[in-house]
Parts: sequence; C-alpha cells; structure tokens
Amino acid sequence: MTAMVKTRGGAGAGLSAGLSDDVVIGWLRDMVLIREFELRTMSAYQQAKIGGFCHIYIGQEAAVVGTFGAVEHDDPVVTAYRDHGHALARGMSPDVCMAEMFGKITGCAKGKGGSMHMFDRPNWLFGGHGIVGAQTPMGAGLAFGARYEWEVMGRGKKKVCLCYLGDGALNQGALHEAMNMAGILSIPVIYIVENNGYSMGTAIDRGTTMADKLWKKAEAYGIEHRTIDGFDVCSLYDEFRPFVDVLRDEQRPGFVDLKTYRYQGHSMSDPQKYRTKEEVAGHQEKDCLDRHAHHLMSERGCLSEDAFKEMQKDAKEQVKEAVAFAEGSAAPTVEGELYSDVYANPQKNLSPVRDYAHGTKNPLQ
Amino acid sequence: MMSTLEMIDQQVHPAVGEWELPAFVEESAMPSREGDRVIQYREALREAMSEEMRRDQRVFLIGEEVAQYNGAYKVSQGMLEEFGEKRIIDSPISESGFAGMCIGAAMYGLRPIVEFMSWSFSLVAADPILNNAPKMLYMSGGQWGCPIVFRGNDGAGGQLGSTHSWCVEALFANVPGLKMAIPSNPYDAKGLLKTAIRDPDPVFFLESERMLGDKAHVPEEEYYVPFGRARVCREGDAVTLVSFGRPVQFCMEAAGQLAGEGIECEVLDMRTIRPLDIDSVIESVRKTGRVVVVDQSWPFAGISSEVITQVCERGFDWLDHQPVRVNAADVPTPYAKELESAYLPNTERIVAAVKKTVG
Ligand SMILES: Cc1ncc(C[n+]2csc(CCOP(=O)(O)OP(=O)(O)O)c2C)c(N)n1
Ligand SMILES: [Mg+2]
Repeated sequence: MTAMVKTRGGAGAGLSAGLSDDVVIGWLRDMVLIREFELRTMSAYQQAKIGGFCHIYIGQEAAVVGTFGAVEHDDPVVTAYRDHGHALARGMSPDVCMAEMFGKITGCAKGKGGSMHMFDRPNWLFGGHGIVGAQTPMGAGLAFGARYEWEVMGRGKKKVCLCYLGDGALNQGALHEAMNMAGILSIPVIYIVENNGYSMGTAIDRGTTMADKLWKKAEAYGIEHRTIDGFDVCSLYDEFRPFVDVLRDEQRPGFVDLKTYRYQGHSMSDPQKYRTKEEVAGHQEKDCLDRHAHHLMSERGCLSEDAFKEMQKDAKEQVKEAVAFAEGSAAPTVEGELYSDVYANPQKNLSPVRDYAHGTKNPLQ
Repeated sequence: MMSTLEMIDQQVHPAVGEWELPAFVEESAMPSREGDRVIQYREALREAMSEEMRRDQRVFLIGEEVAQYNGAYKVSQGMLEEFGEKRIIDSPISESGFAGMCIGAAMYGLRPIVEFMSWSFSLVAADPILNNAPKMLYMSGGQWGCPIVFRGNDGAGGQLGSTHSWCVEALFANVPGLKMAIPSNPYDAKGLLKTAIRDPDPVFFLESERMLGDKAHVPEEEYYVPFGRARVCREGDAVTLVSFGRPVQFCMEAAGQLAGEGIECEVLDMRTIRPLDIDSVIESVRKTGRVVVVDQSWPFAGISSEVITQVCERGFDWLDHQPVRVNAADVPTPYAKELESAYLPNTERIVAAVKKTVG
C-alpha cells in the first residue's frame, strides 16, 4: 500500500506513477493469472468437469485489479456470480477456486457453492452471489457492520466495502433500496458497476434508462459518483484511489460506473447473436492486459519482455496445477457434507428426516 | 472409537463469530409462571431485547418506526432513549433493503434484530430472508453463518383483509437453515426471544398483534426458554391438542369446555416450529391415542400436515383414531367480522374436532 496521498485525483494526477514497480507489476501478474485461469476454466467446462452456470471474466480483469489496488486487504468485498476474478485477485489460491468449480471438498465452499458462489473468509470476500442484485443490500450491511464496529463498539477502524454489480443489477429494486439506505444512514459502501454493456443478451440501453449517464441513479440518492474507464488499470487506479480515500475518511457511500467489456458470452452457453464479431474485436484492440503490459514494458520501462513471458508461463503453470489439484481432490462425502453446515447450532428435531451435523473444516480456515 | 460423524461434530464453527448459548434448565427448574409481576406481551418482548442489548453491544434493532415513533405497536417504546440512534434504527420502508443489509451486518459479525411491522410485509424481502440468510452457512462451506433475528406480527390482526393477515409459518418453515419460534404468551415471548438473540442461526420470530396487549406474570430474574421444547399447558388423557402461537389460547378454552363434559385434553404448546419437539407429541399420543393439531395457517402443506405426518411416521401404532387438523379456512383472509371469525381456528371448531375423535 502506498502512503495516503490527498489529491483531487482524476486522470493525469498519476498516483499510480508513484507506486513501486512491484505493485504495478503485481497488477499485471494478477490480470495474467485471471486470464489464464479463465481459459482453463472454459476448457474444463467444455470437458464437463465443471457443472452448472459458469461466467467468464476475460476482458474485465483491470476492473477488479485496479479497484482492489486502492483498498486494504481487510476491507470487505462482495460481488455477483461473475466472481472468479474477484476471488483470485483477493488472494484465493487458484487450486481452491478451481476445486470449488469441480465440486470438490478442497474447494472454497467444499463443493457446496460452485462457480457463482466464491467465499473466502481469510481474504474478506463475502461471496459470490447468484441472484442479480442480492449482494447490494448485503454490501451496505458489511459497510454498516464495519462502521458500527468502530463507532458503537469502539474497536476496529474506518473501512469501506466494495460491492460489485453488473449493469443489469441496476434494474433490481434491491439496489435502489440499498442506495437509499446507504445515503440516509451514511454507510461507506462503494457500488462498483462493472458496466460491460450487456446483461445476458440485453444491451444496456434496451433495459436501462439513462444508460449513458448512469451516475444520475446515484445522484438520486445523494451519493457521490465517478465514471471511470476500466480498460487502463493505472488510470482507473488514479481516479478511484482518491475517491476511496475520501469516502473512507468521511464514511459515506460512493458509486462508480466502471466501463468495461466481456469478450466471452454471458455464460458458457451463449451463441452471442446480440453483438457482432467486429464489436468484440474492437474492444479487444484496447485490451486491458495488453495495455498494461505495454505500459510497463515500453512507457514505464520496469518490465522486460522476457520477464513478461516468464510471468505468462508461470501463470499457465499455476492454473495447470490448479486443474490437476482439482481433479485429484476428493468429492465431498455424502455422510460428512450433505447434512452439515446447515446450522451453526444444529439441534435435535430441526428436520423430520435426520439430525444435522457440523461439516469438516473448511480448507480456507 | 469415535465415528467420523462424531468427530466432525466436535468442530466449532468460526462462521458466526463468538457465541455462547445460555445455560438452559429443565422446565421444572424455570422461574415460576405464577406471580404478580404482570406485564404485557409487548413489554416482555421489549425486556428481552433490552436485556440482550445491555449484555452484547453487537445487538441492535432496526425496522420501520422502531425509534422515534417508539414502534408501530409500541414494542420498542423507550429503547431509543436508552440505546441511542446508532443501535435503535429507523429504517425507510424498504424491507428487502434493510433485511438484506442486516444479513451483511450479521456476516460481518453483528447481531441484528430486524423488526417487520408485520410478517405480511416480509414477502417483499423474500430473497434476502429465504435465499440468503438460511443458506449462507451452507453455500460458503461453513465460512459464514447468519446470526440474525427477524421478528414481527404474524397472523390475522383484526379485520385487516387478506394482504395484511399472513401466517407465514408454513411457507417459511419449509426452508432448511432457519429456526422458527412462535410464543403464545408473555412469559415464553421473553424467554424465547432472548434465546433467539443468543442463537447463532437465523431465527424467524412470529408474534401476534392480537396478543401484544395480553398480560401475564413475567419473573424478574433472568431466564431463557430453550428451542425445541414444547410445554404441556394442561394435562389430560383423552386427546392430545397440539398448537403454537395464538391458537394455543383457543385450545385452552376448548379444553376447559370439554372438561365440563368429561373429556380431558392434553394441550401442548410447541413454542418453536423448527425445531419441532415431536418427542413430546409422541409421548402424549402414547397416552391419549388421539391427536388434533390446531394451526392458524392454511391447511395445504401446512405445519399441521407436518405434525400429523411425523405423528404417523413415529407413533402410528399408538393411534386409535385418524389425526385431525383444524386450520384457517382455505381461502384468502376475509374482512367482514363474521367471515373472519369463521375463517380462524376458534374454540367452537376445536371442540367439534375433539368430539369427532372421541365420538
Ligand atoms: C433475480 C435474477 N433474475 C435473473 C437472473 C438470471 N440472470 C443471471 S445473470 C443475468 C444478467 C445480468 O447481467 P449483468 O448484471 O449486467 O452482469 P454481467 O453478467 O454482465 O456480469 C441474468 C438475467 C438471476 N440470476 N437473478
Ligand atoms: Mg453486464
């Protein structure tokens, strides 16, 4: 973490220029890892090793990496179902993340959650939530909890909660109730709309009013906002960091329209009739990963081409191992896991069929 | 040697932060239900919340009109003055929003009490209360639970019409992961609510607008009523009357009437629906051979169906007559006085049902 710098921020302030090389190279490493991980995820899905719905994050890597870069490790984070990138960038091991998708006992939820439900207690990731918008009141609650802790209980510190949502979630009532409450109660939750332009096959302007001025929705609740380009991780950080610092300090909510794009279909079963190949290619030209790699190699000059290649090789190796780990792991046993983790205090007679139990220890504990 | 399951069971969940259940005692060792410290049901609820809030700073109350207005039904009267606006929180009319928010707060480590003005209004919060709170522990593989209490008025209030008269017990108790308590009197209201606040799992706490003014002795000394333990309110050997919540009162009336005709009913107040103390029901049925379940919610796939199924599964051989149920009429709740009272399970209908089983 860099020292707190109080600036007005905005493009050109160049806060990221003051960060150490290690930090900005770390961002690239995270982005490369997410991309390689997602490529492996896709092939594992195609081989039917992963079941259910599976949403790929490729194209959006800078969004999560740049925003995480601006907060502390113990700031709570919650997101929707397109969550593999969030899990990895928060520090979940690719092994555990992949194992969850493979439905194994070594997964982050012991195989009880799946692709859409990544939880990581040590890394303050409160899920992965499959119902569009459900995480938005929860995000307010996590921030409320943090604020209550220092304000009422006199311990802890000023925190912010990053609550991610898709542009489609803008139209869920839950978000609007949550934003109103965050405004009224001055709750330090930051709603980050990962605006990839589509909710499934619905282009944003077909489903959402004022699609080119999403900040107006925040304005309606008295919430300060930013509209940020999510294709360049450094400029994203430069704009987001000062915003976070102020919101943390003043303990109030924020809203970010973070422009991004997903390259793959909505989920693994999407023929993508709603957009052209040219449109996708157009966005790939300003690819966030290439852009940051180029910046580090050619502009900042802190990374050699060999080192970049090495980084990519490492990531490939890591995710290959993750697949092997997942494949080699055992499935949760019916005896141990089907009826466990239903209640923290499993009492007699909670169910007519049998008693509940505690499960095996979570691998992340 | 321990079996694998027993070994697993030894593990403590970090999922819900620090928690410790109070020491529960046998029914016979509980403080007396007789005495002259007579208070209202609503005051008993208030005492439970206030005592737990004094004990644990993590506990707070949120809901519509709970603070400045002193509660729509005056349950939280005076609590704002004692605990301040950071812990007694007026929320906007956003059930989905504040229920969901409190789930986040519970995951973070707090102990929210969420007041629904009526459980009827909780339906707009169905996603957070049914899809998130009871499933969090399972979905996160034991990493995060949801220690939270949702409470409010359940059942027909008094000519409020169908939208405002929901009995949610059957609908919600269907979901694994939650617990449900439904006290029928001030003593249990206090003791069960204190237990609900201490319990690390999500508890759905069902009160009744029609009972908030009921008065009874509530002891000065601290006590907790455990979940999953029915109370025998009246002993008898002819028929077992099983009920919970407000209809327990009708059962007692009916039992009184029937005693005059020489039919002695044993009345069981279940107190919690999940867990359901089926052992006590079976024990009673062994004695009486007859069971009538009185349930203020609708009959189709209701709590009465569940109780009767379990009685059949576990005590079929003891039955001398087929089980009988008394439910709300299987229609939307009507407004007109005459229709509403015919709709609800009442003393008359209970008496008739009992006579059917002994006739
Ligand atoms: C309440 C609810 N309705 C519908 C769905 C089905 N669904 C899953 S994702 C999705 C599109 C959401 O798009 P967006 O919020 O933009 O997120 P993105 O997929 O682009 O990341 C829909 C309709 C759901 N999961 N939850
Ligand atoms: Mg989208």
